[in-house]
Amino acid sequence: MSAASIISARFAGKVGAFNVDVAIDAPMQGVTALFGPSGCGKTTILRCIAGLQRLPGTLSVGGEVWQDDAQGLFRPPHERPIGYVFQEASLFAHLSVRANLLFGHARAMKAGAREVIRLDDLVELLGIGHLLDRAPGNLSGGERQRVAVGRALLSQPRLLLMDEPLSALDRITKDEILPYFEALHEKLSIPVIYVSHDIAEIERLADRLILLDRGRVLASGLLSDLEADPALPLVHAPEAAVILEGTVATIDEAYGLTTVSVAGGAVVIPGRRGPVGAARRLRIGASDVSFIREQPTATTILNCLPVEILSVTPQDGAAIQMNIVARLSNDASGARIVARVTRKSQEVLGLAPGVRVFAQIKSVALIAGATGRPDRS
Amino acid sequence: MFELSELWPPIRLTLTLAAIATVTLLIVGTPIAWWLARSKAKWKEAVATVVALPLVLPPTVIGFYLLIFLGPNGPGGAIAGLWGGRTLAFTFEALILGSVLYSMPFVVQPIRNAFEAFGERPLEAAATLRATPWNTFWTVAVPLARPGFMTGAVLGFAHTVGEFGVVLMIGGNIPGQTKVLSIAIYDYVETLRWAQAHVLAGGMLIFAFVVILAMFTLEKRIGKLKQ
Repeated sequence: MSAASIISARFAGKVGAFNVDVAIDAPMQGVTALFGPSGCGKTTILRCIAGLQRLPGTLSVGGEVWQDDAQGLFRPPHERPIGYVFQEASLFAHLSVRANLLFGHARAMKAGAREVIRLDDLVELLGIGHLLDRAPGNLSGGERQRVAVGRALLSQPRLLLMDEPLSALDRITKDEILPYFEALHEKLSIPVIYVSHDIAEIERLADRLILLDRGRVLASGLLSDLEADPALPLVHAPEAAVILEGTVATIDEAYGLTTVSVAGGAVVIPGRRGPVGAARRLRIGASDVSFIREQPTATTILNCLPVEILSVTPQDGAAIQMNIVARLSNDASGARIVARVTRKSQEVLGLAPGVRVFAQIKSVALIAGATGRPDRS
Repeated sequence: MFELSELWPPIRLTLTLAAIATVTLLIVGTPIAWWLARSKAKWKEAVATVVALPLVLPPTVIGFYLLIFLGPNGPGGAIAGLWGGRTLAFTFEALILGSVLYSMPFVVQPIRNAFEAFGERPLEAAATLRATPWNTFWTVAVPLARPGFMTGAVLGFAHTVGEFGVVLMIGGNIPGQTKVLSIAIYDYVETLRWAQAHVLAGGMLIFAFVVILAMFTLEKRIGKLKQ
């Protein structure tokens, strides 16, 4: 990757009780998630990228150097073309929603930015048209956070930084907002760095993942690769799952089923989830996958795919449950899935690396691109 | 009886003094309040203490030191010497200086509290939205701290109107120059002109009541607007 197409950050220094020492590279496209437990330094890193906080190091974004301590270079935050969404919406209480939205817009335009994102388009995309003349104090938590995202985007950023933008919201509000975020992700080509400790959010939004632990980078790469890496903690999480990216292949109108082709196979999901050729993101939970030696002749489970076992690792100290990573089909490009089975089953079936069996997938969740742009409700 | 017009000069002088002092207090007090609210310097509470001293010091103490400072043997006398004067004491300008020092804590404290109340977050949000620190101060910090400015201005004005001790020490009793309301009342009582003293004292009582009532109502209304 050339310097113009990446975000490259090196930060090392003490923050409170722990040391941060990270080297991060992310592409200038798609959503890169910074993920890790509370206190792992992910928010600190995001604030350093924004310039709100300073740790010794270097930072370049899309070929522009924003920090280089060796040369004494540090761009203050107001000179960095970023959008920042805080955990709490942090709207200006003395301004209307419209004035909040245009706060960064006006200043960016004055500074000579090119208008890529227009107020009218964004207002429609976020479904906040009816809120424009209200005071921020009169909005619900979800509405406030949508306005905050709009305000950040209207400042015409080259990079959008989001610090747990949903963590202050309840489950229902989260589910109401996520479709808007997905729509942004589809419609806008601004790279996003998204901090979260909630893997469910990341599975819906992120393309790439940077795993952090106590101020260090544990791993970074594609979300689908990291979720199926037995050496990483994600496979061992209670909610372990994998994300499969696919496209709609066929739609069975009679039964209302959609076949989505993924690397190394195809899976069937209930519902007409067309049109054919549309991109879809699927999630398969580790506890929804079971293995069978022979292809079953009669079963209620729709998805039964030939797989090759890649690894078997114990889930816990007593090895009561095992985590199995398997690959769809037998060619190297096949998508990987994770299954959690008891050690007893694993031994009875003789599941070991290289063994070919069939994976029965009890349920496949469609988690993004379900309806395209969300309806306003 | 007496002519009401004889009461007017001290009233006009007092209102002029309070107006000039309030504007000066806002101009000088705001940067101090901002620094006290934002600085991480260890000795800032020492500065805050100096600003707050007039709260506990007898006004005559402040007046005494100001008299020495402005008098013929102090820096004030030296400055006055530039245009052939002997002293800066017993002038209207001396009253402004005294009033500003004396009322400073009443202006700085509410503004500082207002600056501290909204925290760092709105300022950080403004910075990520391309606002320079200077622009952020005027378009975010000052509007958000408006209730603090209102309280500070009202208290500063009212406190200057009611000042007595400092004026007595550094202003004396020069009609039209330093004879403000509180001095006039004192003067009337000393010379047994009770009727005039009654009118002025009663007027001050009503003024103080109206000012404080207006401030409480205003604060309540601003509080409601915010919800």
